[in-house]
Amino acid sequence: MDLYYYPGCTLKTKSKNFEDSAIAALAALGVNLIELPRWNCCGAAFSLSDDDLIHQVAPVRTLIRAQEQGAAKLLTLCAFCYNTLKRANMIITHDADKKDTLNRFMDEEPDYSGGVEPVHLLEVLRDDVGWETLAEKVSKPLSGLKVAPYYGCTLVRPSDIALDDVEQPSVLHKLIEALGATAVGFPFETECCGSFQTVSTPEFVNECAWNILSSAAGRGAEVLAVSCPLCEYNLAVKQKELTVQYTGFKQLPVIYFTQLLALALGVDTEGCRFDLGYMNNQAFLESKGLIA
Amino acid sequence: MARIGVFLCYCNLRAAGALNKDDVTAAVSSLSDVVHASAAEDLCLDPTCAHLQQQITADNLDGVVITTCSAATHEENLRRVLASQGLQSHQVEIVDLEDYFSWPRFETAEETTARVIEALDNAVAKIRGAQALPGVTTRITKRALVIGGGIAGIQTSLDIADAGYEVLLVEKTSSIGGHMLQYAEVFPTLDCPQCIGTPKMVEVGQHPNITIMAYSEIESVSGSVGDFTVKIRKKATYVDWDKCNGCGICQQKCLTPVASEYNQQLPFNQAKAISIPFAQAVPNKPVINREVCGHFTTGLCQVCSQICPLQAIDYDQQDTILEEKVGAIVVTAGFDLMPKKEISEFYDDPDIVHGLEFERVLCPSGPTAGVVRRPSDGKEPKEVVFVSCIGSRDPEHGVSYCSRVCCMYLAKQALLYRHVVHDGQAYVFYMDQRTTGKGYEEFVQRAVEEYGVMYLRGRVSKIFRDGDTLRVQGADTLTGQKVDIACDMVVLGMAMMPSEGAKDLARKLGIATNEYGFIAEAHPKLRPLETSVAGIYVAGTAQGPRDIPDSVAMGSGAASSVLELFSQDEVVTDTLAAAGNEG
Repeated sequence: MDLYYYPGCTLKTKSKNFEDSAIAALAALGVNLIELPRWNCCGAAFSLSDDDLIHQVAPVRTLIRAQEQGAAKLLTLCAFCYNTLKRANMIITHDADKKDTLNRFMDEEPDYSGGVEPVHLLEVLRDDVGWETLAEKVSKPLSGLKVAPYYGCTLVRPSDIALDDVEQPSVLHKLIEALGATAVGFPFETECCGSFQTVSTPEFVNECAWNILSSAAGRGAEVLAVSCPLCEYNLAVKQKELTVQYTGFKQLPVIYFTQLLALALGVDTEGCRFDLGYMNNQAFLESKGLIA
Repeated sequence: MARIGVFLCYCNLRAAGALNKDDVTAAVSSLSDVVHASAAEDLCLDPTCAHLQQQITADNLDGVVITTCSAATHEENLRRVLASQGLQSHQVEIVDLEDYFSWPRFETAEETTARVIEALDNAVAKIRGAQALPGVTTRITKRALVIGGGIAGIQTSLDIADAGYEVLLVEKTSSIGGHMLQYAEVFPTLDCPQCIGTPKMVEVGQHPNITIMAYSEIESVSGSVGDFTVKIRKKATYVDWDKCNGCGICQQKCLTPVASEYNQQLPFNQAKAISIPFAQAVPNKPVINREVCGHFTTGLCQVCSQICPLQAIDYDQQDTILEEKVGAIVVTAGFDLMPKKEISEFYDDPDIVHGLEFERVLCPSGPTAGVVRRPSDGKEPKEVVFVSCIGSRDPEHGVSYCSRVCCMYLAKQALLYRHVVHDGQAYVFYMDQRTTGKGYEEFVQRAVEEYGVMYLRGRVSKIFRDGDTLRVQGADTLTGQKVDIACDMVVLGMAMMPSEGAKDLARKLGIATNEYGFIAEAHPKLRPLETSVAGIYVAGTAQGPRDIPDSVAMGSGAASSVLELFSQDEVVTDTLAAAGNEG
């Protein structure tokens, strides 16, 4: 299966571990990712202003690039990119006036009417691959590993673009179970990591990170699986400060779900890119006997 | 050869400029069989419609077409005037400009005029062939069917029966009483519902004019006002109620415990596979739950059959269908609470309970004998958080409407909790206090001022378990602060929904419901107790969320509508009849 794929900026810079592990894992599943030619930034944050259409130009232009390739679907890995692309596409399909304005503004581009569906990798694994098929292809089950599934906000909010139940999503749980690991549910699975507040009000993000990490660890999780580079940053980088700020705080490895996927599908340690990331996940996985 | 008159009623307030009335009358005059066409200003202002009457006599009309604004308010008056002139229903056609045309505001007056002419042309065509028919009268069967034995149905039955008419009260569970009997003290006067409800239940049970058909459901309904034929399914109880004297020894000796539905499946006590739902049940007779009964599941147990001193157990009993004739029907089918699972964010935690569960916990005759305990470990909760509007006023997760009673019952539960647990703290999260009944606002003030219930205006964002306690996070929008409360128990004010099967019942009766399944009234303001079918009435929470005083008042009102019908001996059958076309 060939799939057009939109990496987004962060996956090419800070989060190569996310992109490389996803490409390697999908290759193991027989899915060939074709990087979308001439893609641009997704817009990074969806603008909530009703008349701020200029912010929709970037995501729509990327969708036009996919339309040019004849792609029906455009795969995203980063949860933030998924959110902005999907919501921009919602504007095009649900608001004829705004669609016209955007098309007229981008008069150098062919018209776009919402024919490309942005999808997230978790949806492809659930709907196209299927949990049973995936479980069959697992060559190195992550037996005994207790993984906390962390969704954050952008995969499941707002409800009209949610890829799962808004309040009680289960797709990451099912992925973790399919890989042979144990999913450890916790109350802060869909709580915000603090997002861009990390720039202006870092102390607030510390509180968010502490709530999420201590709740997951309190339920017995050994590692937290994430699907967003900003979540990874907020939840991993902040841990040193949390150790000082909160008595009894214990560090919890934070890892991309694609790295766990690649590992279980037999991709080697280099391919999983455990060498990158903000925490020493390599040492942790060695201690669990999952890599040599 | 028909002689049809067309009257274009209009008022300057609404019609001015919307259509060209002269064009309409001119166009209609040229239709065949139309002998009179005129614009008539404000027919509604003259109750006798003298102008209309004169014209009918002058032109010897045998068919009339009238345009009105809302037919819902004017049609009956007009038809009455026309009937007095000897015109039958099928010889009259009302063209409702307001409801069918949204009082015409098409692009131009020309377009509106053309649409109205078209409608009038159709209306004339419809009555062109109408000939006078011989009148048909139906003798009224002066016997009423009441569906649902809650407090509304009880009140309706008693009022009709006291006036001297026979009542058939059909209840789907094995006892009348309804939800009210499950409550702890009821607001705003804190009477004990068992104390005020059971005498009424007993009165129903003793009344010579009332026949209770418990554990029965409506199978089908046919006929029309004054003369309905109803088939009722009497479900098998596996106990011969004629022999049984309600001694209860069977449920004492039964070997199969089950969670008590009456007590909302709370873990504090258990019912048996053969049981009477509660001590004051009317009729006080048991039913075997064959899903769990040892006899039906394994074939081995016969304890109840062997122990019964009156040999009343009958494992071979079958459902029976009875056919009954009644002249009027009152639907008092009640409500259910929205199930907790509808709101997916609430973990399946035993200490997060809904309002009806907490009523049973507070109730002195409930499973904890009124001692407040939490389901998970039976401890007395020292901090309880009550959350309003769960499912109600929330189109995203539940329903759009307000359930009307939750503000009051949560205030009452918080007050009763504080009354019993002196060192406990009660918090109530609310959107706004809707306490419009008599004495209601004062009651909430009492909860706050005398019982120290802490009211927090804002929504709860998250409830989750944190070890031995539940954490409730939300906002206090009056202070602008985030609130994080560690508590022992959470009570959810879940939305009121139509009772299970209400839509199905409405379909059998041929009456309309709203989008949620609440029975639709004939007119939202002026005919609140009538349904869309003549002779079928509605009262209580089957019509929409209600409290007890409203349900009782509606029950009495519906009874008086039935009595008004029964004050006549016969009804003249309208020459127009609608027939349902299913599927």
